[in-house]
Order: sequence, then C-alpha cells, then structure tokens
Amino acid sequence: MEPITTHTGVGVPLKQSNVDTDQIIPAVFLKRITKTGFDDALFHAWRKKDDFVLNQEPYRHGTVLVAGPDFGTGSSREHAVWALKDYGFRVVVSSRFADIFYSNAAKQGLVAAKVAQPDVELIFKELEKEPGTEVTVNLESRTVRCGSVEATFEMDNYTRWRLMEGLDDISLTLRQEAAITTYETTRGAFKPTTLPAKV
Amino acid sequence: MAENSAEMPLTLAEKVWRDHVVVRGEEKDGQRSPDLLYIDLHLVHEVTSPQAFEGLRLANRPVRRPDLTIATEDHNTPTLEIDKPIADPTSRKQVDTLRANCEEFGVRLHSLGDANQGIVHVVGPQLGLTQPGMTVVCGDSHTSTHGAFGSLAMGIGTSDVEHVLATQTLSLSPFKTMAITVNGSLKPGVSSKDIILAVIAKIGTGGGQGYVLEYRGSAIEELSMEARMTICNMSIEAGARAGMVAPDQTTFDYVAGRPHAPTGEDWDAAVEYWSSLATDEDAQFDADVVLNADELEPFVTWGTNPGQGVSLSESIPDPAGFHDPVDRESAERALQYMDLAPGTAMKDIRVDTVFLGSCTNARLEDLRAAAEIIKGRQKDPDVSMIVVPGSARVRLDAEAEGIDQVFKDFGAEWRFAGCSMCLGMNPDQLAEGERCASTSNRNFEGRQGKGGRTHLVSPVVAAATAIRGTLSAPSDVTADAPVPA
Ligand code: SF4
Repeated sequence: MEPITTHTGVGVPLKQSNVDTDQIIPAVFLKRITKTGFDDALFHAWRKKDDFVLNQEPYRHGTVLVAGPDFGTGSSREHAVWALKDYGFRVVVSSRFADIFYSNAAKQGLVAAKVAQPDVELIFKELEKEPGTEVTVNLESRTVRCGSVEATFEMDNYTRWRLMEGLDDISLTLRQEAAITTYETTRGAFKPTTLPAKV
Repeated sequence: MAENSAEMPLTLAEKVWRDHVVVRGEEKDGQRSPDLLYIDLHLVHEVTSPQAFEGLRLANRPVRRPDLTIATEDHNTPTLEIDKPIADPTSRKQVDTLRANCEEFGVRLHSLGDANQGIVHVVGPQLGLTQPGMTVVCGDSHTSTHGAFGSLAMGIGTSDVEHVLATQTLSLSPFKTMAITVNGSLKPGVSSKDIILAVIAKIGTGGGQGYVLEYRGSAIEELSMEARMTICNMSIEAGARAGMVAPDQTTFDYVAGRPHAPTGEDWDAAVEYWSSLATDEDAQFDADVVLNADELEPFVTWGTNPGQGVSLSESIPDPAGFHDPVDRESAERALQYMDLAPGTAMKDIRVDTVFLGSCTNARLEDLRAAAEIIKGRQKDPDVSMIVVPGSARVRLDAEAEGIDQVFKDFGAEWRFAGCSMCLGMNPDQLAEGERCASTSNRNFEGRQGKGGRTHLVSPVVAAATAIRGTLSAPSDVTADAPVPA
C-alpha cells in the first residue's frame, strides 16, 4: 500500500446522498476474480448518461470525489473501493460514510475524509463556481482545501497512521501471533468447529 | 463502548466483545487504537473470497483455522437446471475458483447440489454453527443476520476476509451501542420484516452508523428465531455494523439438536455461558429508540433506499413536504426512478413480479407464512412469482411439508436455492422498468436487474400482492374472499 500524506487533484462534485455500493459498482462486475481493472465498472449505470459528472470535462480526470451524505451504503463489496481507486480517485469527501466502506477504504489507501455537511456544501459551491478547481487533502493537518474553503475532517489516529505509513494489516497482526495462540487455548470447549463436518 | 472492568454493567454487545479481545488497543493522545478480536466463525462465499485467497497464495500463508471456516456457493448459482454446468462463463469461473481455493486451503465447502448449499446466512444457523456469544464474520454485509443468536456478527470487505483467513482475528474499533426497544405485540398479518422496515424509516439509512443495535422488548422476545434473523439481517440497512438479540430459551431451543450444536456436558456449559450474556439491568446504551409493535402495520418501501417506506395503508409522501433538502432531493430522484407520483395510495401500485427469497425472508417459516395466504387461491394472471428457498435444506424441508405444491398450484415457480433475484448475479433479474414486490433487503436502483423497480415487503405481503396484483396486505385478501373451505 502506498503511503499517502497529502493529495491534490481536481474535485468532482457528486451532489447526491446515499450513493450506495450498487451504484458505485453493480453486482455484475463482482464476478471478476482479480483485484484490479475495475475502472470501467465505476458508476456503470450513471456513466451511460452524457450529463453524468464524470462524462464532463474537466471532471473526467478528477481524483477527489466530493459527495453527499451516507456515501458507500449497502454491501460490503471492497470492489467499490477498488473501482474508485482504479478510476483514479485518491480521496472521497462526504459528511457520512457507511462503516464497512470506510474501513475498506482505509485498507486500500483510499482516503475517506469526513467533512461536516455545511463545509461539503461550500466545497460544492467552489467546484460549481469554477469547474476544475483542485482540492487538497492533508492527512497531517486533517484539512481539506478547495478554493477559498478550508475545512477540517475527522479521522481517527489509527486509520490516519496506517494511511500515512502505508501499512499492511496482516503483517501487523501477525506480530501478535503468540497472543492469538494463547487466546486459542482459553476458548470454551463447547464452541463449534466446522471440521469434521457433521450434517 | 464501556471499559472492561469486572464490576461495570455491560450490554450484550460489550460482553461478547470483552470475551473475544486477544490484544487490547493502545491508548494514545486520548484515542485508542483498535482491539484485536478473535473470530469464532468465518463464512465464505464465491464473490468476496477469490482475491483474499489469492492474497494468501501470494504471501505464502495458510488458512490459520480451516476448522472455523466454512464456504458455500450462493450469489452466482442458477435456480434452474442446477445439474447442468453454470451457463454464464464468468459466474462459472467464480464458482470454480471457490472450489479450487477450498480444495487447496482445506476449507469445507457446500457446493451446488449438496443438501447444505444455500445462502451463506441461512446455512450457518441451519447447521447449528451459529450459536450465541460468538463472533461471526463473512465477506457479506448481511452477516448481521447471525446477531439474532446474540452473536456479534459483522460483514467485512475482502481485505478483512484475507486477514481473518490468515490470522483468525480482526482488528476493530469499539462500537457505540443502541437499544431498539419494541414494546407490545405484533398484530396478525404484521411480521418482523415490518418491524425492521419501520425502524429503518424511523432512524434512517445512516441512523445506525457506528452502532451495534440491540433489539429488545416484548415484541422481540415473542419472535421466533427465524423472525429475529429477519430483523438482524436488515440492521445493515440502517447503517449499523451489527444487530443483536439477547439469547433466551427460544434461542437455545433453536440451536439444540442441530448438527454442530454442543451436546452433553458441553451443552450445559454452553447454556450457562449463553445465559450470562444478556445486557445487565443497569447497563447504559449510547442511544435509545422505542417503537410500539401494537401500532405497526404491514410496511412497504416506495423509494430506492430501505428508509423510504410507509405503512401499506398510506400513500406516497410528497417530497415537497420534506424539511431536509438532502432527503427531499433523494425522494424526488427515487420517485422518478420508481415512476411513481406523490399521493398515490401504496395499495394502488401494480406489480409485475413477486420475489419470495433472499437471506432476509426465505427460511422455512417465511415460506410457510406465504403458503398459508395463497393456499387454495389463484395468482393474478399478469403477475409472475418466483419462490427461491434460502437453502437446499429449506427447499427439501418445504417439499416434505408439501409447500412446494401449494406454490406450484398457485402458479408460482418453485426454484432451487441461492441469492437469486435479491441481487441478480445469476439469470434471475428484473427487466428494464419491471416492478417487483420483493422479500429481499435492498431496493437500490438496478439492484434486482437494470432499470428494475423494487418494493420491499414481508412474505405475507408478497403473497397477498401476488393474489391481487397490487401491493396488498393479507387482510385485503381475506376481505375479498373468505378463506376457502
Ligand atoms: S440473499 Fe441477497 S442480501 Fe442475502 S447474501 Fe444473497 S445477495 Fe446478499
């Protein structure tokens, strides 16, 4: 995972609430068994419409998606994060994220910046006033800057640290191997196992 | 979430959490890094696992506990001609990949054609693998279903699937807790699906974010396990990470005697532990929501998120009356997609298709309830109905009771088990513009097929709707014509 401290790129206003994971990437694309190559799948239904924001210059090459509240609701599909990243997005700004989306994003180095709704509205205004305006996100200072707007965003220290260090979760956990093994000896004998199979 | 001191009263969720902490997060700058939690059961299916297994292979890591892992095929599987190879090459590839991965990593798999194949959230409980007080995860958001047993059950993304396969743990930040108290008792014709749809309409699709919900109160206590699963299943639709119900005698009776249920002394030890998990009397929740079951009627959605719903006897609200501009815009957009006008009585809406299926409402009890309504009646000739049991076992059990025949006589199609039209990854999809009364959990744009329109309903409302052709309550059917002798 690439460490990320700051990012600057064209802001894309997606003025909708409840952008659910079926809109971000419809289920048909979940049949793939690879982890990359989902850029064509992103917002698949909406991208067929000429007036969709990503079909317009200068948004086509945007890297910071600014969306209404409750972004990423719905399924646990990490493909939603892969698709956003494959398309080129590095940051999503919204006042509220679905929990699973938020945690998936952190694991893939996609910054999900929680900015208060009034500030999101101000950013929308800036982006509409001057399409193509760049948005800068700084994890160090937890700020989002866009034109004359400067807003802070919420992010817990641990998520921020992992994003800034680009750390892989599994190797971090495997440092705790001894503790896991100890825990296993204390589990109740009545706890079920899937093997041997009983049917 | 409260600290884990021995004297402190705790909620159900906090107790289960406490008992699974392998390494506690470190306190730094007033914030705590996540706890490392042990995972008791990991459910796997073909859609969210290939990249996780691939990750293990690349890092040369084994599955740490194949004996706490189980896989089944559900999302891509056809519901017709299951003895033939899967026609869609990409679906087939995904299922074949799961088979190869399970073989390679020693994971137990229930494949298409096996009596224990089916939707992953139906299979776990039915085998007795889901038990109270466990941590259960799956690369699927509706893992919240298993919370009905008083387990902490969460959907995870593919990176976490790989993490659990490799380490049998998950790194998680403590959640807040919300009590959803449902007082009173449900009236006849009103079901647990209506409770959860009403809860989501009340707190919104983001209302549960950051919370584990605990459903409690007399109406919840009176529910069967299957009905509790329906409620917990849709916790995710309120944005919650999980939903739970305290284990009680109903829970124990459901688990007892299932293939993987404890026996003998283990059973006694288990029941003793399970009985200790209920929320302590003076434990504090971070938020409280109260509903009265007596006031609930069958509920149905009119929009494109599960929070956009009303009682079936009501009309479509006028977005102009919504105070919040975000809600207003979302409602306007939803009505346009749904091709519906404000003020239309819900019961005047005609549907083309009825889907009885999904991990929300395709267990035996759901099929029985729907069959009860349609028995001896005829389907509206313009409506098509497909019935997709949640698992192959449910299908077999229903057939043993003759329920399949009731559906067939009615004119519905009796299919093989799987996710089917809940998300249309297999050929079961709505056509563009088609309108469906569906017992599933998501009415998102295009979820059941491109351009398809979904109204979420309970199994009995689905049945009544199939009879009358318009969204209907069971009581409308009995009012039309008395129950046939
Ligand atoms: S039935 Fe629907 S919601 Fe349930 S696991 Fe399958 S696709 Fe997901």
